[in-house]
Amino acid sequence: MEISRRDLFSAGGKLLILASVGATLEQITGAAPPSETYRMADHWWGMIIDIDKCIGCGNCVRACSTENKVPSGYFRTWVERYEVSEGNPNPHVESPNGAMDGFPPSVHPELKSFFVPKLCNQCADSPCVQVCPVGATFVSPDGAVLVDETYCLGCRYCVQACPYGCRYLHPEKETVDKCSLCYHRITKGLTTACCENCPTGARQLVDFKNQKDPVHEFLRTNKVEVLKPYMATHAKVYYKDLDGSVR
Amino acid sequence: MIPGVDGFMYPNEVELQWSLLIVLYPYITGLVAGAFILASLERVFKVEAVRPTYRLALLTALAFLLVAPLPLQLHLGHPERSLEMYLTPHRSSAMAMFGFVYLWYLTVVLLLEIWLDYRADIVRLSQTTRGFLRMIYKALTLGSDNLSPGSRIIDDKVGYTVTVIGVPSAFLLHGYVGFIFGSIKANPWWSTPLMPIVFLFSAMVSGIAAVLLLYMAAMKVKKMAIDMRCLDTIAKYLFYTFVIDFTLEMLDLIHRTYEADESFRSLDFMVHTRLWWSHVVLQIIVGTLVPLIMLAAPQLFKFAAITRRTLYLSACSITLIGIFAMRWNIVIGGQLFSKSFLGYTSYKMEFAAREGLLTAVALMLLPFVIFGVLVKLLPPWPEKEAGRA
Repeated sequence: MEISRRDLFSAGGKLLILASVGATLEQITGAAPPSETYRMADHWWGMIIDIDKCIGCGNCVRACSTENKVPSGYFRTWVERYEVSEGNPNPHVESPNGAMDGFPPSVHPELKSFFVPKLCNQCADSPCVQVCPVGATFVSPDGAVLVDETYCLGCRYCVQACPYGCRYLHPEKETVDKCSLCYHRITKGLTTACCENCPTGARQLVDFKNQKDPVHEFLRTNKVEVLKPYMATHAKVYYKDLDGSVR
Repeated sequence: MIPGVDGFMYPNEVELQWSLLIVLYPYITGLVAGAFILASLERVFKVEAVRPTYRLALLTALAFLLVAPLPLQLHLGHPERSLEMYLTPHRSSAMAMFGFVYLWYLTVVLLLEIWLDYRADIVRLSQTTRGFLRMIYKALTLGSDNLSPGSRIIDDKVGYTVTVIGVPSAFLLHGYVGFIFGSIKANPWWSTPLMPIVFLFSAMVSGIAAVLLLYMAAMKVKKMAIDMRCLDTIAKYLFYTFVIDFTLEMLDLIHRTYEADESFRSLDFMVHTRLWWSHVVLQIIVGTLVPLIMLAAPQLFKFAAITRRTLYLSACSITLIGIFAMRWNIVIGGQLFSKSFLGYTSYKMEFAAREGLLTAVALMLLPFVIFGVLVKLLPPWPEKEAGRA
């Protein structure tokens, strides 16, 4: 069969269109690159949070809730608003419905005020992992603290052991649930739902093992802190310019 | 505003995770450990005066020990997976060891000691009873009907050894329960190295008080005379143990108050508000100071037997309430404040639910039913004394 130049252009054009549609769909749906390209040993996940950039819109909370089908009234991530008055050791803190709907206007506009996004701190020395009686919760080789819901007893010892209040009992599954750092996404080369939906880039997923990751520059050039450092959990969620009043 | 919440709680903290059933768990294991330690007074420490309660104490310990895992089992989200704690225990978890400590205590210590002590009675009953009962006793002999003096000496020696092992095991059982709470560094209300030892002494207090009450009740039911020497001795030991327990608890309180770390203001406020009745009134005043005075009085002054009996009865009853309040304050109190130290939540107890009040009441009655069956099957008092009634 003879192929004319016209046929060749036509077939090539169709192929190009198909490839473009495929690539676009992959971009839109977040379709995964082949899973065999992901090696756990090559990663050590964490997050950096720039408090000054957080505007308390609650996009991250809503995105997380949708992405992970978080039951109503429970939170894998939430945002707190701190209002700190001079000389008062106890700040005024609120997080209405976890900031799912953002925040109402402050009634204390004269006070120092800022937002603090919270999530599982993906501790390297997790108290929750230590206390689980069957090892259903564990630190994966790439640094994410995960729960095997097919193995969890639902004893909730880990909920008691978490210093940050990040865990809850899923009311339908009756197993413990928490932020998984969107493990189903990050292992496919995507970022977490909360980071993707943050309009100001206040939260960024980072990979400490990736030498090209901006986290190294971030940690070198900023004053950072983790929550409750005295708990010695070696949390991997770093906050830039964290105020001393934050609990 | 979230109903029942004052100040700020992390959003996932609003709902309490450990309920009334988890209050029962240390309470019941405490009764087991305390009752066993009382039994060991006679066997190991040769306190002859408490002999009339020896077997009663062992049966009390067994009745409560059989019920001890039930509140935990009912509390689990997936009770069908609980066997995994035996099959794939996570060695760094304090809770993972519960199954092993429990099995060790149940089989190696308690069942063995009871069997050795009752073996002669069981053999005799297997020969004198008829029908179904005879079958039960036959099975309980485990095929060993040798009652020669030599075999009885072996029973006694092995029984003694088991009791000697049993004393540290009882300490382990309840000290371990205290460690489950005391090792949680995230919770300042729980996190103290004193917790295992406070649990242990409070366990001894509750166990001794429970056996004393059961002894008085059993004597009343059997219309047998109460051995006042026995009662006075138990009350004396209860008083001494209680003093140590109270001292330890006060040491903890004074230490916290003096040190006043970052959690102190929050916890202090909680004790003065949400825990005022259960902690200050019920646990410290009604459940500790009042019974201590009641138990101290017969050590200092002479009272008639009837007065002493009334004092012991009242003191032990409110002691058991006080120790229950202590367990409540630890388990529930430890979840009422936020780990941010900025707010407080409330415990909403359910009634007819899996972890509700009705279940808890049933679980607390169950050991008494088991105790009744055990006493029927294995009478703790000598035949001739029972016959005298």
